[in-house]
Amino acid sequence: MIRSNLEILPRGVQVALALSLVALLAFPFAGTDFYTEMVTRMMIMAIFAMSLDLLQGVTGLVSLGHAAYFGLAGYALAFLTPQGEPVSLWWTLPVAVLASGLAALVIGFFVVRTHGIYFIMVTMAFAQMVFFLFFDNKALGGSDGLYINFRPDASLFGWVPFDLDGKRTLYYFTLAAMLGVYVFLRRLLLSPFGRALAGIRVNEHRMRAMGFATFGYKLTAFTLAGSLAGLAGYLWGTQTGYINPELMGFQMSAHTIMMVVLGGMGNIAGAIVGAFAFEYLLHVFKDLPQVGSVNLGKHWQLWMGLFIVRLVTFAPRGQLGLVERFGRSSKPQEAPHE
Amino acid sequence: MDIANFFIQLLNSVQYGLLLFMLAAGLTLIFGIMGVVNLAHGSFYMLGAYLAWSLSAQLGSLTLAILVGAALSVLFGLALEWLLFRHFYERDHLDQVLLTFGLIYIFEELRSILWGDDVHGVPIPELLGASIPLTDNLSYPVYRLFMSGICLALAAGLYFLISKTRLGMKIRAGAFNRDMAEALGVNIKLIHAVVFALGVGLAAVAGMIAAPVASVYPNMGSQVLIMCFVVVVIGGIGSVRGALIAALLVGLVDTFGKVLLPQVAGMLVYVLMAVVLLYKPEGLFKQ
Repeated sequence: MIRSNLEILPRGVQVALALSLVALLAFPFAGTDFYTEMVTRMMIMAIFAMSLDLLQGVTGLVSLGHAAYFGLAGYALAFLTPQGEPVSLWWTLPVAVLASGLAALVIGFFVVRTHGIYFIMVTMAFAQMVFFLFFDNKALGGSDGLYINFRPDASLFGWVPFDLDGKRTLYYFTLAAMLGVYVFLRRLLLSPFGRALAGIRVNEHRMRAMGFATFGYKLTAFTLAGSLAGLAGYLWGTQTGYINPELMGFQMSAHTIMMVVLGGMGNIAGAIVGAFAFEYLLHVFKDLPQVGSVNLGKHWQLWMGLFIVRLVTFAPRGQLGLVERFGRSSKPQEAPHE
Repeated sequence: MDIANFFIQLLNSVQYGLLLFMLAAGLTLIFGIMGVVNLAHGSFYMLGAYLAWSLSAQLGSLTLAILVGAALSVLFGLALEWLLFRHFYERDHLDQVLLTFGLIYIFEELRSILWGDDVHGVPIPELLGASIPLTDNLSYPVYRLFMSGICLALAAGLYFLISKTRLGMKIRAGAFNRDMAEALGVNIKLIHAVVFALGVGLAAVAGMIAAPVASVYPNMGSQVLIMCFVVVVIGGIGSVRGALIAALLVGLVDTFGKVLLPQVAGMLVYVLMAVVLLYKPEGLFKQ
């Protein structure tokens, strides 16, 4: 029972995305600092969710350990930043992304050979291994995590193109990163490589029979997804200035899965929409008022849990994605013939 | 490490392994027979521990609390299966992951509302409070032996149930070929409900007997859940025998790792899993 993904976005969705981009560009001049920071965080989560969509939506690999690669890049930034001064953005960003990618390559080598339930459990177990590596070792920050005292410095040979200390600058930097990842993954999705990944999702045996070395394709996708998750993690570390093992925990991974499902899987745009929707929902639940002696916001997990259970129980997947639901109103175009 | 210390660690690792087996057995049966990924399995362990704490305080006896708690958790399992899980057997694994993740959140918050967020200790029953002296300054608590005994008895009972009884035959038939079993008149829905409730019951009993040594605290389920995943992956999905052997193996590696290589102890179990995956991607005893 494999539903095909909505890969070519209908015109209506395209227009809506373009309008949202305009809104995002204008936002820092309309909202307060608080909301600028919140939307920055949403965009970081959108990058993270897009990276997972490459696995979950496109290739059909449900990873419950994706947060490990997100957290690793944040830790890389924390280790690279000295106590008393900022560190250059231009080499720490690639190094952090490479670190996450390398971890994904090594772990991917083991997990990609498993299927279905095994894949879910094994990705989760390896992420937990990384979690405990940092949680148990005082030298790596332990359970308290690490502070990143200075945001990375963007100056190049004395020339300062932008300063990430500014809330708006960081906002636009994150927006640019999000757009870059989106364009990259959209092109990848419709490239021969992306078609092969989609083929693996639909029927891996048939792909192998056709002569595709599926192991290599899946491992490449896993590594790429891990690297992009690292980009998100690096930005997270830059924004919050604080990194702890919780960022690699399985709650974080599960939240990201939820984001991708919420927005609609396999079309990358859905992951962005889902990340925004989920983060907003989280904000609403955590911000619930005090009613009598009960602080409703303190029990946000209960509301989130009920929301998730209700969603999966009553709305079978496929009708669930916000992008698909919106796209249904306008006619989808024919898929291209490869 | 001298011989007495080695002996103590060996007993500890067997006891830990058997406890893991109680959890992993239910998990692997639910995977194998219904095809459901159950992330909330750790929550049943937590439920058991909290039941042991609150019931033993009210009833005044841990033994009584375990008996009442086991009955309650089986009923809880039946209700949960009827209300939610039976609608998810045919669904995608992703839906199951989301459902059971949502349930973890719900159970954690209900626990927090009902019982609060404090860490609690459960007293060891006086009858089992003694220790067996091994050397001048080393001794082994009787309660841990009692735990291992209970786990062994339940493991034997489970073996008997599955391989020697008529119900066990139906369970195996359902796991082997669900449609065929149904066509031959096996009430597969009933079998599913029984297996699920059994899994919940085993996990809760594990939580209850572990409560006096592990204490009772929030989120205690998630750590144990991941260990169970490792056990199920190593043992092979659906194989109870595999779960037993893998659980004992994990118990040994984890316990001796903590003594001999404390710096990397947290990772050793996962390294073991990685090695198994390299040679047997479907576990040691794939059914």
